[in-house]
Amino acid sequence: MKLKLKIWRQKNAADAGAMVDYDLDDVSPDMSFLEMLDTLNEKLILGGDDPVAFDHDCREGICGSCGVVINGEAHGPEQTTACQLHMRAFSDGEEIVIEPWRAAPFPVIKDLVVNRSAFDRIIGAGGYITAPTGSAPEGNSTRIPKPDADEAFANATCIGCGACVAACPNGSASLFVSAKVTHLNLLPQGQPERTTRVLDMVEQMDAEGFGGCTNTGMCTVSCPKEIPFVSIANLNKEYRRAVKSGRKA
Amino acid sequence: MSEEMKFVGEGEFYSVGEAIADDKAPGGDVETRWERRKFAAKLVNPSNRRKHKVIVVGTGLAGGAAGASLAEQGYHVVQFCFQDSPRRAHSIAAQGGINAAKNYRNDGDSIYRLFYDTVKGGDFRGRESNIYRLAENSVKIIDQCVAQGVPFAREYSGLLDTRSFGGVQVQRTFYARGQTGQQLLIGAYQALSKQIDAGNVEMHARHEMLDLIIIDGRARGIVARNLVTGELSTHLGDAVVLATGGYGNVFFLSTNAKGSNTSAIWRAHRRGAYFGNPCYTQIHPTCIPRSGDHQSKLTLMSESLRNDGRIWVPKQMGDTRPPDQIPEDERDYYLERIYPAFGNLVPRDIASRAAKTVCDEGRGVGPGGQGVYLDFADAIARMGEATVREKYGNLFDMYARITSENPYQQPMRIYPAVHYTMGGLWVDYDLQTTIPGLFAAGEANFSDHGANRLGASALMQGLSDGYFVLPTVLNNYIGSNKFAPVPTDAPEVTEVETLVKDRIEKLLSIQGDRTVDSFHRELGQIMWDYCGMARNDAGLRKAISEIRHLRDEFWKRVKVPGTGAELNQSLEKANRVADFIELGELMCIDALMREESCGGHFREESQTADGEAERQDDKFSFVAAWEYGGQGRFGTVSGDPVLHQEELIFDYVHPAQRSYA
Repeated sequence: MKLKLKIWRQKNAADAGAMVDYDLDDVSPDMSFLEMLDTLNEKLILGGDDPVAFDHDCREGICGSCGVVINGEAHGPEQTTACQLHMRAFSDGEEIVIEPWRAAPFPVIKDLVVNRSAFDRIIGAGGYITAPTGSAPEGNSTRIPKPDADEAFANATCIGCGACVAACPNGSASLFVSAKVTHLNLLPQGQPERTTRVLDMVEQMDAEGFGGCTNTGMCTVSCPKEIPFVSIANLNKEYRRAVKSGRKA
Repeated sequence: MSEEMKFVGEGEFYSVGEAIADDKAPGGDVETRWERRKFAAKLVNPSNRRKHKVIVVGTGLAGGAAGASLAEQGYHVVQFCFQDSPRRAHSIAAQGGINAAKNYRNDGDSIYRLFYDTVKGGDFRGRESNIYRLAENSVKIIDQCVAQGVPFAREYSGLLDTRSFGGVQVQRTFYARGQTGQQLLIGAYQALSKQIDAGNVEMHARHEMLDLIIIDGRARGIVARNLVTGELSTHLGDAVVLATGGYGNVFFLSTNAKGSNTSAIWRAHRRGAYFGNPCYTQIHPTCIPRSGDHQSKLTLMSESLRNDGRIWVPKQMGDTRPPDQIPEDERDYYLERIYPAFGNLVPRDIASRAAKTVCDEGRGVGPGGQGVYLDFADAIARMGEATVREKYGNLFDMYARITSENPYQQPMRIYPAVHYTMGGLWVDYDLQTTIPGLFAAGEANFSDHGANRLGASALMQGLSDGYFVLPTVLNNYIGSNKFAPVPTDAPEVTEVETLVKDRIEKLLSIQGDRTVDSFHRELGQIMWDYCGMARNDAGLRKAISEIRHLRDEFWKRVKVPGTGAELNQSLEKANRVADFIELGELMCIDALMREESCGGHFREESQTADGEAERQDDKFSFVAAWEYGGQGRFGTVSGDPVLHQEELIFDYVHPAQRSYA
């Protein structure tokens, strides 16, 4: 395959950045999208150019490192991560536009690499269950009905890639936050911190500058782990409940 | 050490030093060793703990769990990971499950049985004391993770579900669909995040450890590079924990994440920490074969597929017909033929070697003849497509996504791939390396799996080390020593800083004509060909010579664009590949020295009449702990490594030959 690539190049956070055109021949349809970028980079390095920086690690769709906007869609045309997208999803001669996640709380570090540490701070604000090491009760002393366990699990599969934010016209992190709140607030172990968790996480999400949710739904369409849209409704429900409880975050 | 044990004399590529021993494990009853060690360990007053700084490198199951637990105890933790977030450590990719001797099924499981299975599974090259402790802690790990909200699979009763794994005869594997590693890691990461938010852990993401600082013989700090700005910084503390994972990426193609590297443990090795059993690599039989030269990494398919899939290749060499046009009598179901008792369910190392053999004969299928069929046609005929879909649907989908082939209509193609390294820094029972104050945990150490790791045991070891072992042994280390503050301009500090800076400048200044990846691929090919599934004397000698040549070429011809003062992914890779080249050589030397077959190490010279691996307990029942020989600064050789042997003693599980025929 031959491809025309338009890639966002930005030397560092202070640089203005611009789209740059590249031609790439000999692309195999069996390559993953990231292997296509590897191939371009080998060519750039040998030609004396700076290779395109992009985040990646496990290349199995689970670590959540990779993520770029491809032809306007977070992770590209299929509902998966960029590392699990293969070039057979494109056609010979196609022009492909590649950009970093676009959202104010995810500032660009270089080229396609953005800073997603806002997500870590949201988790640090309350996205955990306090369980000191070494003093946990016997595992089966906490029974959890299977439907609750399954729903908690479905939400726990979030990989924190940030596609939901990149896909949202408001740059909202609601799907990410709702997945964690739903996972932990459903479980009996999560009850003591249920109220403060949602108040603190939402407060941190707002402080980071993520936009509000207007039920556009693009987040779930682009989510590689298919976190359900209903989780956001659950987040809102948990938040209302917490506010009503009158407890301060 | 007995007379026979001194069998290994001076080798061509190494010399032999004093024997080494683990002096921390208490003797006596194996069942009470850890209890007694914990009781004997020194304690540190809670109010004094905050005065001590512990450096933790890595945030996977071992590092994340250690950082969270040590901070909770009151220590000031300074932690590092090269990823953008501690949540992305490669532990996240583990699929299958985690073992624990809970005996919830009343099927005869016990701590002792898990201990027994692990010693035997490791082909009698692991330590009984460590392995017993691992089995003992397994029970507490599940409790800890449940308390954190890890969503393990449950039954309708609300109780925890388990399954059997890797041919073990009891159901002791706890799991969270095919994402157990992810869920356990997220649990540890969340506990760590709480401590970061509370200010007890100072987290440095996108940082890489480049060297170790030793003062008065003890590990006191590290030099790290900020991968965004390129800035080098020195971090000083009272102890250093390396929880940086395995080094399977020495083979270039492996199931490891692309960033997984050996640099932290290799630099520690260069500063005096012994390296244990470097040649022990686990090769997994059920990976998706590579599709071409562009391939950057391999993807594992769960081993559970072998429960229902039948493995075959054409009988005829070079048979390129599509599988559905090869009649039944022209197919060779070679595992069922050679191992009628176990059939397609033989252990990982046996299945892997058999696949390589038939491919080497020219009977492999798919691109390059590097594949064998894993066929579900019989299973679909027997139980229906719907049942197969229910059991394995997610794996079939993953296969279809990567290969664009429909595994319901044609057999899957699989091939073995490098998966896990049992070797790592040599540690004693306290997880302390030969450098006092330097600890190694999880896959970064060599200790608990012997020559072969059983399925669902890697996660167990990472969390056992992180949640339960390190908090005890670090208390003991800190409580038993006095720590004078280290001045930031101490000569030992500035010397290491200068060396790190020089090395980066050197890499940037070569400006040759080859990319870093081209060297890495070439190294990987040498390692796979000569130090892969089967090794022999001539091949290993050839590999050592080729690797030495490659190292010279690397330091003359590598091209690293850009500068050191920016995000420079080529520079990161160059730094790591230089380490892989040195480690690759040591792996080959270790494999050459070990003239026996055991676990993941198959020496062709040591096999039984029917071609099975033959261990030689009388000569090789020892851990090989390698002391750095001094290869000079930039790819120059100045000395051979020195072999120190730690004799292995089996008081409880007595060595016996494995047989699957």
